Amino acid sequence: MKFLQMTLMSFVLLLASAGAHASSLYQELGEKQGIDDLMATFVLEIAEDERVIEHFENADIDRFHRMISLHVCELVGGPCTYDGANMIEVHTGMGITRTEFNAIVENLINAMEQHEIPVSAQNQLLDILADFHGEIVGR
Amino acid sequence: MMINAFAKQVGIGLIVGISLACQTVYADDGKLLATGAVTSIEGSGGGGIVPWATTASYAEEGEWGVTVNANFADVEDFQLGVQSLNFTYDNRVEVSFAQQRLGLNTIGGDLKQDIFGVKVRLAGDLVYGDMPQLSVGLQHKRNQTYGLPAAVGAQDDSGTDFYFSAAKAWLAGPLERTWVANYTLRATKANQLGLLGFGGDKNDSYDYVSEASLGMFVNRHWLVGVEYRQKPDNLSFAKEYDWRDVFVGWFPTKSVALVVAYVDLKSIAGLPDQTGAYASLQVSF
Repeated sequence: MKFLQMTLMSFVLLLASAGAHASSLYQELGEKQGIDDLMATFVLEIAEDERVIEHFENADIDRFHRMISLHVCELVGGPCTYDGANMIEVHTGMGITRTEFNAIVENLINAMEQHEIPVSAQNQLLDILADFHGEIVGR
Repeated sequence: MMINAFAKQVGIGLIVGISLACQTVYADDGKLLATGAVTSIEGSGGGGIVPWATTASYAEEGEWGVTVNANFADVEDFQLGVQSLNFTYDNRVEVSFAQQRLGLNTIGGDLKQDIFGVKVRLAGDLVYGDMPQLSVGLQHKRNQTYGLPAAVGAQDDSGTDFYFSAAKAWLAGPLERTWVANYTLRATKANQLGLLGFGGDKNDSYDYVSEASLGMFVNRHWLVGVEYRQKPDNLSFAKEYDWRDVFVGWFPTKSVALVVAYVDLKSIAGLPDQTGAYASLQVSF
């Protein structure tokens, strides 16, 4: 019984500490500079990916990098304000497929691996960005 | 004997895997790593003993996928060997064929059956959106060694299982890890998967059984979890028990997945304490 209680207690503590971490996702990603650097690697990953590059052929890459860094910074609770168009407006007419969306997710995972972002922070960022699937795919 | 058969299966799998790695085959692999799950002992995409709502392989919308699989379980008095082939299209339809062979160490001889499976994703998505991925499927099973099943009271040498499955992944669940859960409701008359025939002297009608799996991705490549599978109890000669397992899955690339597990099959055909090891290898194209 005592063992069970202790196991439960430590599980609750683990969950609580994981919960406490959630508020510092912005810090875990290295704040403004870390996010800028991570997004730069992400953009490079996309640029080298023949599965999706066609969608970026006419894009202003510097602007794309600036806007996505700003957007991610805001989404993870950083002191930024994304003032660009919403995701539906941005992707309408692009015809992004489910496969292409997943390819972009893989590019982001590769970038996060290169920056040695912990799995827990990777998952939180992916969870936040996965919510845009419905606004991005098939527009 | 079974070890040799398994070694041969694994050998073929490895050769296929290596030749796959050597060629520059462009696979239709639009799904994310591990989201095709693995292949269950009945040939359907899923966990080890439970079919999941996921479709096998990495084929997304408009893509084709094939998996070749070998499963092996070694418990106290029995050894189960399975080889299966699974075709998927569009992350929508899955068609599978499996051959099972159960070696009876203590009793002698073996039991065999073929399983033809179809699964269709109805709605939802494993990863995206709020709705779980919902699928329906069937497994048509043909027992090839009906002598023993008939002798112990089975009523039919073939049968069809129907199932409904719901599966969902949480990208950042408890411990900020990715979790996956599946629930399957199955209507079945199969005794010990169908290896002991279908229907029985005690009960000859369909039973509804629940099956569930829960797993946590330690990182993107390693999945640990548990499974539970309720079983019907149609034969009066021996009570049939629920099955359970604890597993570790490894997804090094989209081409290969390996699972090892500890299985607890309780008592089979009156022989108690059927616990042991389970392994499966999946090669995806």
